[in-house]
Amino acid sequence: MTSRWTDEKIQERMKLKIGLAEMLKGGCIMDVTNAEQAKVAEEAGAVAVMALERIPADIRSDGGIARASQPKMIKEIQDTVSIPVMAKCRIGHFAEAQILEAMGVDFVDESEVLTPADEKNHVDKYDFNVPFVCGCRNLGEALRRIGEGAAMIRTKGEAGSGNIVEAVRHMRQVQEEIRKLTVLREDELMAEAKNMGAPYHIVLETAKLGKLPVPNFAAGGIATPADASLMMQLGAETCFVGSGIFKSNDPKPRAEAIVQAVTYYDDPAKLLEISMELGEAMEGIDVAGLPESEKLSSRGW
Amino acid sequence: MDIYRDLFAGVETIGILALQGDFELHEEALGDRGLSAVRVRRVSELTEIDGLIIPGGESTTMTRLIDKIGMRDPLLNFSGPILGTCAGLIMLSKEIEEDRDRHGVEPLGMLDVVVRRNGFGTQIDSFADNVKWNDGTTNEGVFIRAPRILEIGNDVEVIARWNDEPVAVRQGDIVGLTYHPEVG
Repeated sequence: MTSRWTDEKIQERMKLKIGLAEMLKGGCIMDVTNAEQAKVAEEAGAVAVMALERIPADIRSDGGIARASQPKMIKEIQDTVSIPVMAKCRIGHFAEAQILEAMGVDFVDESEVLTPADEKNHVDKYDFNVPFVCGCRNLGEALRRIGEGAAMIRTKGEAGSGNIVEAVRHMRQVQEEIRKLTVLREDELMAEAKNMGAPYHIVLETAKLGKLPVPNFAAGGIATPADASLMMQLGAETCFVGSGIFKSNDPKPRAEAIVQAVTYYDDPAKLLEISMELGEAMEGIDVAGLPESEKLSSRGW
Repeated sequence: MDIYRDLFAGVETIGILALQGDFELHEEALGDRGLSAVRVRRVSELTEIDGLIIPGGESTTMTRLIDKIGMRDPLLNFSGPILGTCAGLIMLSKEIEEDRDRHGVEPLGMLDVVVRRNGFGTQIDSFADNVKWNDGTTNEGVFIRAPRILEIGNDVEVIARWNDEPVAVRQGDIVGLTYHPEVG
């Protein structure tokens, strides 16, 4: 039996999956709940849209079980825009993922924003032709997801909060742990893999590369151009923006501004210029006051 | 056939448009050939380079940024060789088939071809296969949500094909590829 890490067909497929993630770098991926928003996002310069029925801020306030979006609604968005369309499935819900793949979505987000369907296992992502993105809070979690076949990693942050603090924590944590891997002796990496609960061969690869073996994006709480710049300066390669755009009082200019902020993240004068005319950002919530049970980022294993 | 070496032979400074997309992979591809490049994100930086790569990524995103920062005319007046891959080819083209790409943006029109965006379908239709150059050599082409070339003007030469389909075209110093030589 060939292993999936040496199987040429699977590795060939991984190249195409990671390839699409590479094309999305330096961009902004926006949450949209209908065709009209998808059009606004595309016209503002989004590199992709995430189709979902309720944005995280509303999932948070409405409560109830959050599931994969209705195919009909995703189809309307696919028919409206020409940029990649992503959609979310519940953690471990491989049947939802199969339906999304059958619809021809371009990326599946196995997301903690939806109510988990499996308290132990994530989706076996090697089984799919469609690429997956998964969230993480630390390097061990990131490498476990890559070990399951994820083609892109993002921070979890705290979706729907409009508060960047958790995304910063998660990005700093991942980067710090990667830096640590690069200075360990090779004979110390097995113990480190054990500590992190991460697959050894991917720990070795990450230590050698000095970065994740798949693109590393930021998500969860980005609401302003400055937030996007902060995440890019901390090492993110693209930003997902969820509630931050369509919960603000004037989505279109904000979407355009965040698109530019990702390109010119290291140019404060340019960031000032693009931030100047913006209206109010979304209100946001203080994550420190959230009980652990209400934190979406603690979902995932 | 190595398109980087062929097109950029003797070019002093190669620039890569770095507004969005896989510009880092082009840097690595050039690095593998002992060539270096600078990133171009501002209009003024175009005057400092002698050749340009427009990378893969989202053509709508990149084109909108180009118009927002006033880079369209400086690009049209750029005189060195230009290589466009995937999204880069779409941006260089004369026309994007509009009935499919309802929200297509205005391409630069520097390469006399008509293209169809996402010509093979969505991401699950992406593939890798050999492409064959006119000189008889082959190399792997990675097609990710790739465009297809529908029409070719009189001054445009097809320089590589996949099966019988044109996947690389050249008009003077401008080359467009539907696939990604930088991925692999």
